[in-house]
Amino acid sequence: MTDMLIHLLLVLLMPPLLLGIIGKTKAWFAGRVGAPFLQPYYDIARLLRKGSVFSSTTTWVFRAGPVVTLVSTLFAALLLPFCHHPAPIAFEGDLILFAYLFALGRFFTTTAALDTGSSFEGMGAAREVTFSCLAEPALFFAFITLARLSGSLSLTLMLNHLSISVWQMAGAALLLMVGGLFVVLLAENCRIPFDDPNTHLELTMIHEVMVLDHSGPLFGCILYGAAVKLFVLGVLFVNVIAPFSTGSSLADWGLFVLGMMILAVAIGTVESVMARLRLVRIPQLLVAASILTAFSLVLVLR
Amino acid sequence: MSASTLTPDSVIIAATALIVLAGLAGLIIRPAPLSQKLAAAITLPSAVIGFCAAILMLVHRSDARYVIDWSLPFGPCEIGIDPLSAFFLLPIFLVTFCGTLYALGYWPAARNPATAPGVTFFYGLLPGAMALVVMARNGALLLVSWEIMALSAFFLLITEHTGEEVRKAGSVYLLTTHTGSAALIILFSKLHAATGSFIFPHQGTLAATGQTAALMFILALFGFGAKAGIMPMHFWLPSAHANAPSHASAMMSGVMLKMGIYGILRFLSFCPQKPLWWGGTLLVAGMMSALLGICFAAVQTDIKRLLAYSSIENIGIITTGIGMAMVGEATGNPSLVLLGFSGGLLHLLNHAIFKPLLFFGAGGIIHSTGTRIISRMGGLAKRMGTSALVFFIGSLAIAGLPPLNGFAGEFLLYVGFFREALSPVPVLALGVPALGLVGGMAAITFVKLYGIAFLGAPRSREAAEAHELSGVMIVPMWIMALLCLTGGLIPPLFLLLVQPAVAMLAPAAASGARLPASFSLFPLFGLALITAAAAVWLLTRRAIRRRGAVTAGTWGCGYTAATPRMQYTGAAFSEFWAGVTRSLSRCMTEKPAAGTVAPRTVPFSYNPEETILDRFIQPVLELAGIGCAFIRRLQHGQLHVYMLYIFITLILLTVWVR
Repeated sequence: MTDMLIHLLLVLLMPPLLLGIIGKTKAWFAGRVGAPFLQPYYDIARLLRKGSVFSSTTTWVFRAGPVVTLVSTLFAALLLPFCHHPAPIAFEGDLILFAYLFALGRFFTTTAALDTGSSFEGMGAAREVTFSCLAEPALFFAFITLARLSGSLSLTLMLNHLSISVWQMAGAALLLMVGGLFVVLLAENCRIPFDDPNTHLELTMIHEVMVLDHSGPLFGCILYGAAVKLFVLGVLFVNVIAPFSTGSSLADWGLFVLGMMILAVAIGTVESVMARLRLVRIPQLLVAASILTAFSLVLVLR
Repeated sequence: MSASTLTPDSVIIAATALIVLAGLAGLIIRPAPLSQKLAAAITLPSAVIGFCAAILMLVHRSDARYVIDWSLPFGPCEIGIDPLSAFFLLPIFLVTFCGTLYALGYWPAARNPATAPGVTFFYGLLPGAMALVVMARNGALLLVSWEIMALSAFFLLITEHTGEEVRKAGSVYLLTTHTGSAALIILFSKLHAATGSFIFPHQGTLAATGQTAALMFILALFGFGAKAGIMPMHFWLPSAHANAPSHASAMMSGVMLKMGIYGILRFLSFCPQKPLWWGGTLLVAGMMSALLGICFAAVQTDIKRLLAYSSIENIGIITTGIGMAMVGEATGNPSLVLLGFSGGLLHLLNHAIFKPLLFFGAGGIIHSTGTRIISRMGGLAKRMGTSALVFFIGSLAIAGLPPLNGFAGEFLLYVGFFREALSPVPVLALGVPALGLVGGMAAITFVKLYGIAFLGAPRSREAAEAHELSGVMIVPMWIMALLCLTGGLIPPLFLLLVQPAVAMLAPAAASGARLPASFSLFPLFGLALITAAAAVWLLTRRAIRRRGAVTAGTWGCGYTAATPRMQYTGAAFSEFWAGVTRSLSRCMTEKPAAGTVAPRTVPFSYNPEETILDRFIQPVLELAGIGCAFIRRLQHGQLHVYMLYIFITLILLTVWVR
């Protein structure tokens, strides 16, 4: 019960912190002081208290987009175990629901973008659906490999099965999978090298351009939802790469939080040392990631 | 008929007969508006009663057989309703009900006095013939009803035969359906040779093995697959669906394609042993149809062509399920058999709900704006609010998203493929990323369709003057949308209808294996999702109201003179994806140079190519046309000479048989 409560609290409260850590890391690389760690919380709180501007072309879809995206991402968080703490909801095939909850959110985000009638937002929506379509096989190949390693079709059992000894046995396969998953993590969350969250040119944006017209509380929902999405896919990644268990429940929670923070620093580092890819290169990288995870499946076949 | 014989099976037969008779009444009684209403008044209750009776038969898993001993050469006429037939009767009656209601607003006799009687007639004959197809227990009877079905659909399709495009679509359809029928005639002759009678053999008793069985399987796959639209026999489908009146498209896509699936299932049920390559072939054909179908759908510019290609995708998913079950049967894996059949048939039922809904919606748009080109629509959600809402539900369902019914069927197939990941040779696990890719492409397709057609600002004058549909058109769409929600929130309810058919097709697997227990969690999860979304929606609405909201134009990134023509078009939206899949989906872009210093107005056109039809079928047909030019002399339009041909052929055949 306590574990479930901690799970829920972490899902609800921790995501914006990751954005703060990424920002701080990037500032450190650039030699700046940077915004405080808690800046994303202030941003969201401020947006929730702001007035809104709605385009006259928009309909209810525009307002439903951020809401449904946020809720479906939060639900996906309930299906993931947090490093040896089982997920609140686990059943055979929950990994399918996990993937499709993101698809549901994406459907609403992109239709909300098209609702404005802005060609920039149309571009963003077209890119988002195309890239995520190409990222989908990578995620599923990774799931197949994990299912095969653990002999189970539930995220909790699949991810909790991983341990140091599994890494020793199938290290090469897991390494390939980690590579593929990291690409998916960056692409799905529109981070560098796929998309630059801080760019100032609408023509080159993906996620930021889809939400140009959102403002006030709805934009707060979007910011928060994006943080939750980063958090959820980050949890999946940390589960695979750091399957440590100390045996003590509390220490495991500590390890988990630490792992997430290190991941945020890693993302910040990637963003600091890499440039954004040209748009036409992105599909190639995503297909490469799919094939990488497919290789991990081949390696566990032996 | 006395009360004691009023069994569900006799009710179904009576309902079928009444639907055909209602169509006939619609044809002969004048004035046309009266006869159309009269036909609807008979058809609607008949369809409801037939639907309920079919459900009753499914739930009780009852079996009925009738034999009419007539003197026709092909032996006694046997018709029967078993769970498989009853299951396929559900979409027939459902779409007949909704389509007939919809036609009152979409194709009213008062506005189409010339064509409405014919449409009403064939809209009764088509479901009647399809019901007979699934009830026939005699190869010759099945062929006859198959032909009536194919021809009724043809006449519905060429309703607007004054258009060149419609006539071309009609002739491609007619050619394909008859090529398929030819294969079926050979198939049933082979069956006759194997069993000594046109009566269907009992389940699993067909004593054909080796090459004979293989030949029969290939014939069935070709003949029935051509009707179902399994690739590469799909090429007739996009233009046929696009050019028929929308309620006829709904019937063709929602029900008639499934007759092909029915035929394949019925044939498979005869065979005691199915080699592994049968299942493998079905699986690969299904997967290719799903992947390529949706890949082509994503780049379409015509709303009905897009929906037609998505039908190919969905038929592919259904075929994949059947193939999965066959592979499971050949390898002795009951869990795979159960998941394959359940997933495939559940998806079939679901597709028979959301595809007619989308075709009704598309018809409504065409009715309201007069165009089929997605990029000429836009902003319709403002003017057609209710239609937009139900179309949105249909789009979510067909994209396979939770908590709607499309997800439930695909979920079972996913679990089937995922369970294979644990087997020693996990080749079938490759189906998981393939299905994932299909899902991703479906999202591209339907975000584009909904976003460009219904959202944004009107892209043409017609779209700006669009009007909401009348009640009789909206009600059938609401029925379908509510069924989509029901099937998504309470999938066990739909599974109740699927299970009897599965139990008939695979008795051992149905009792031995188990579906994932998680299915019973769906209602809880779906309701929680909807409740949470509603709660957050209310919270944000309160926050927005409290802080005030103003309305302004869309932010143009500093540009203030934006016009609706500057919006992203459908072609632009999918162009990015088309660029990735350039080698598969070719699009012809015509873009004359606009001049350098002072650009002049130039036309721009973007047309997705019908690769298989244009590059393979058309050249072959043209060659055949040149090669067979001398036969054309026999074709001169004089009916009495044609009758003479038939007579001579019969005499020659009789001599040959002796």
